[in-house]
Amino acid sequence: MITKRIIPCLDVRNGRVVKGVNFKGVADVASPVELAEYYSAAGADELVFYDITASAEGRKLFTDVLRETAERVFIPLTVGGGINTVEDFGRVLKCGADKVSVNSGAIRDPSLIGAAATKYGSQCVVLSADVARVDGEFRVFAKGGREDTGMEAIGWIRRAVENGAGEVVVNSIDTDGVKQGFDLDLLAHVTYYVKVPVIASGGAGSISDFISLFRTLPGVDAGLAASVFHFGEIAIRELKQAMAAAGIPARL
Amino acid sequence: MTAIVDYGAGNLFSLVSSLSFIGEAAVVTGDPDILRAADRIILPGVGAFGEAADLLRERGLSPVLKQIAAEGKPFLGICLGMQLLFDESEEFGRHEGLSLIPGRVVPIESLPGWDKTLKIPHIGWNPLTLTRPSPLFREVNDGDCVYFVHSYCAVDCGESVTAAAEYSVTVTAAVERGNVFGCQFHPEKSGNVGLRILRAFCGLTAENLNTGTDPVFKNRVLKSGPAPALNGGGGQC
Repeated sequence: MITKRIIPCLDVRNGRVVKGVNFKGVADVASPVELAEYYSAAGADELVFYDITASAEGRKLFTDVLRETAERVFIPLTVGGGINTVEDFGRVLKCGADKVSVNSGAIRDPSLIGAAATKYGSQCVVLSADVARVDGEFRVFAKGGREDTGMEAIGWIRRAVENGAGEVVVNSIDTDGVKQGFDLDLLAHVTYYVKVPVIASGGAGSISDFISLFRTLPGVDAGLAASVFHFGEIAIRELKQAMAAAGIPARL
Repeated sequence: MTAIVDYGAGNLFSLVSSLSFIGEAAVVTGDPDILRAADRIILPGVGAFGEAADLLRERGLSPVLKQIAAEGKPFLGICLGMQLLFDESEEFGRHEGLSLIPGRVVPIESLPGWDKTLKIPHIGWNPLTLTRPSPLFREVNDGDCVYFVHSYCAVDCGESVTAAAEYSVTVTAAVERGNVFGCQFHPEKSGNVGLRILRAFCGLTAENLNTGTDPVFKNRVLKSGPAPALNGGGGQC
């Protein structure tokens, strides 16, 4: 019985971990390598490193951090941020990433997902979609959630999967940072249509939010969060034990 | 020294890092002489069976690997590298493998009893059911989770199966025949459990396998017949 995955997300800028609330305002937390080791020991099933660096120097720091992490942490690593070309996939895969997530890069160039899947396999191509409600529909946002693309989100996600995305991270802008639970309505729509693993992101505030996520939506494979883990509001070990006690398959 | 077979398939960064982490000297090579000189061989692989089998043949590595395996050296195939140990695969047409272990590789969803609502690839952490003693699992407990990423699965492997996983169907998770071992999962991505498996493999030599001085190998009891029934859904690990 495959277990439900718990995934801490580390936003990295200039080689340091940061976390924004509703994507605005950031605070320095810790060294990404140390944090990754800590989470792996605590029972995290996978890690996401999201590179929010703008400069070339910062990008170099990011690949250094990634390489150092992959030399010490032996759970799957997903990398996102600044992935615009097939060469960008190669750059981070070579430094120890197992999967690569694309967001704005795939919106700018919809052929990117297919090209990367052909070259590296669907299993390492992850679509990350930032989604918010606008005028009664789900819309895809670009540029870290700042720009409404005008595209309807469920259709966009389905096309990306048809083109070769092997996994989808669904991040709800409406619930992100609010800590009142995952966006079950949005996730129900996605899991109804999509037959690849779906990772829920945005809104986790307590252990019970994860329990209700997996109980309500069996089609969700993983829960992703950042600040609640970074600030110790949820301990991963305690979360996993609570999942197991609730009858949700978890790796203890 | 452990040689990791380089035939141009897949990303070896994590595998090399994991061996270095457990203190094992490793070399990534496609040079037959270096492969022959190594104490043990790891055949990695991510991607498609046919392409990988072709690459092994084009580089002249198939006969070299078969010969090394026949000499009794510890030999471990990981993921696609395990699938290449078998006779043939049905991935995108029919392709021949190395025939080091009897068996075939078929799509997971072709197995009888497959639950169509589950997702392919089989990706994530799944508990192992250990079906018979193996030197690879001396530090692994029944129910320990390991990380899988695959869409095809080995079948008709007879008594070479040493571990299985449940994904509505019984997935062959590990196999062993003499000095030849295979893991469908990725030990280099399976946290401490995976590192223990790699450490156990790196403790094996042609000598301790052939002379039966490996403690687990020596005391092994072979069980014949099908693998024991797996627990139903809802299990924890």
